Amino acid sequence: MSGGNGYFDLPSDLQHSYAGLIGIHLEESLIPVAAGLVLSLPIAQLCVRYRWAYPPVLWITTVLYAIPSIAFFVFLIDYTGVSQTTVEIPLTVYSLVVLVPAIVDGIRSVPAETMAASEAMGFTAVQRYFQVQLPLAVPAIFAGLRVATVSSISLVSVGTAIGNQGGLGNLLGDALTYHRYNLAVTSVVTIALLAIVFDGLLIGLRMLLTPWLPRGSGAARKAALAAAVEPEAGAEKAAALEGAAR
Amino acid sequence: MSLLHYINAFFSDGAHWHGYDGIPHRLAEHLQYSFTALGIAAAIGLPLGLITGHTGRGGNALALIATAARALPTLGLLVLMFIWLGIGETPVMIPLVALAVPPILVTTYEAVRTADPAPVDAARGMGMGPIAVLFQVELPMALPLILSGVRSATIQVVSTTAIAAYVSLGGLGRYIFDGLYQRNYEIVVGGAALIALLAVAMIGVFYLVERLVVSPGVRLRRR
Repeated sequence: MSGGNGYFDLPSDLQHSYAGLIGIHLEESLIPVAAGLVLSLPIAQLCVRYRWAYPPVLWITTVLYAIPSIAFFVFLIDYTGVSQTTVEIPLTVYSLVVLVPAIVDGIRSVPAETMAASEAMGFTAVQRYFQVQLPLAVPAIFAGLRVATVSSISLVSVGTAIGNQGGLGNLLGDALTYHRYNLAVTSVVTIALLAIVFDGLLIGLRMLLTPWLPRGSGAARKAALAAAVEPEAGAEKAAALEGAAR
Repeated sequence: MSLLHYINAFFSDGAHWHGYDGIPHRLAEHLQYSFTALGIAAAIGLPLGLITGHTGRGGNALALIATAARALPTLGLLVLMFIWLGIGETPVMIPLVALAVPPILVTTYEAVRTADPAPVDAARGMGMGPIAVLFQVELPMALPLILSGVRSATIQVVSTTAIAAYVSLGGLGRYIFDGLYQRNYEIVVGGAALIALLAVAMIGVFYLVERLVVSPGVRLRRR
């Protein structure tokens, strides 16, 4: 038995081992990103299809993104209780907010000639979407996915504030309660490492999915930077560039 | 009982409108923390972004900083700083500044770097020096995008300042954490609604600021 000052010797109120907390943390942060992706693909497609729908969608997402996570969590307590769902719903919304503009920009950036060529080759609208538009939008989509994943992994920790629903973030609450400050270090370092690892995994996956792009190409870097420019700003930038091109 | 009922009860209770724990005082504290952090972040991010954007170098380093900053959990950083530095404003300022610098820095860099090269060339041709080009041509053209970065940072900081209360400081987050502790859901939801309103209000503020400071010529071109 260690003296209770260790980095990985967790208080029993958490009811989980270190590895168990990592599992919960990933579950709580990645399910929302996946749900956000599934929801944002059709929404983005609607915005591409009906151009007038995009500005109001952008407005709604900008306002939703402005709602602080802690506020969002406590609003939901009344409906979903102190549970993982309460943390996962807001994170899904934030992912959606990041992903919709990324996907819309990605699909819009497919050159008109490419679309015309695929039409001339006899692609149906569905084939064109899955075999032309979506693959070409992969760099932009992944730039959005990286932002959504990294912020989701880091935001889950706020769930500790509503009562031990923060995965590894729960260690922060215990660090203060039990004066076990090492636990806070464990929490911050592990969360940051998880975020960086998943960011790297997404970069790798993107490279696998877009073999036609040169390694470390300017386009990929630009997409990453454009996404690093916060989501709403990214959309605004796309609008600005579009205006300049006209 | 519905959410709106709680929110309404919170705002209509006269006791919440004055005194040390009253809404005006907590709001003032909240704004003070937020804008101090934003001021520091702007003082770091704007000049660095202008210089790197003007020279067009360091994009990779900036993307790396932005990712690293996003990977650090703000709440975790706050608890760590609180543990290391004790109660006070500094442990709150460090995570908030770390949160606000990347959006300001990266958007400023991108905005200046991607400014239309034609007017920049014209300005050089007219004999403007690098400093004049930066401040009289590149900056006005980049302003809408720079402002969107500052807006992004402002919204995030105003939202995140709520967690200052987690380490015993004031601000509107006080209502959330005190309410959770006292199991008084009305106060929790009321405080959360205030913070959300404040953050959303910032979108409006920035819309007005943009109308005021962006040159009409640049604004027109963006449509």
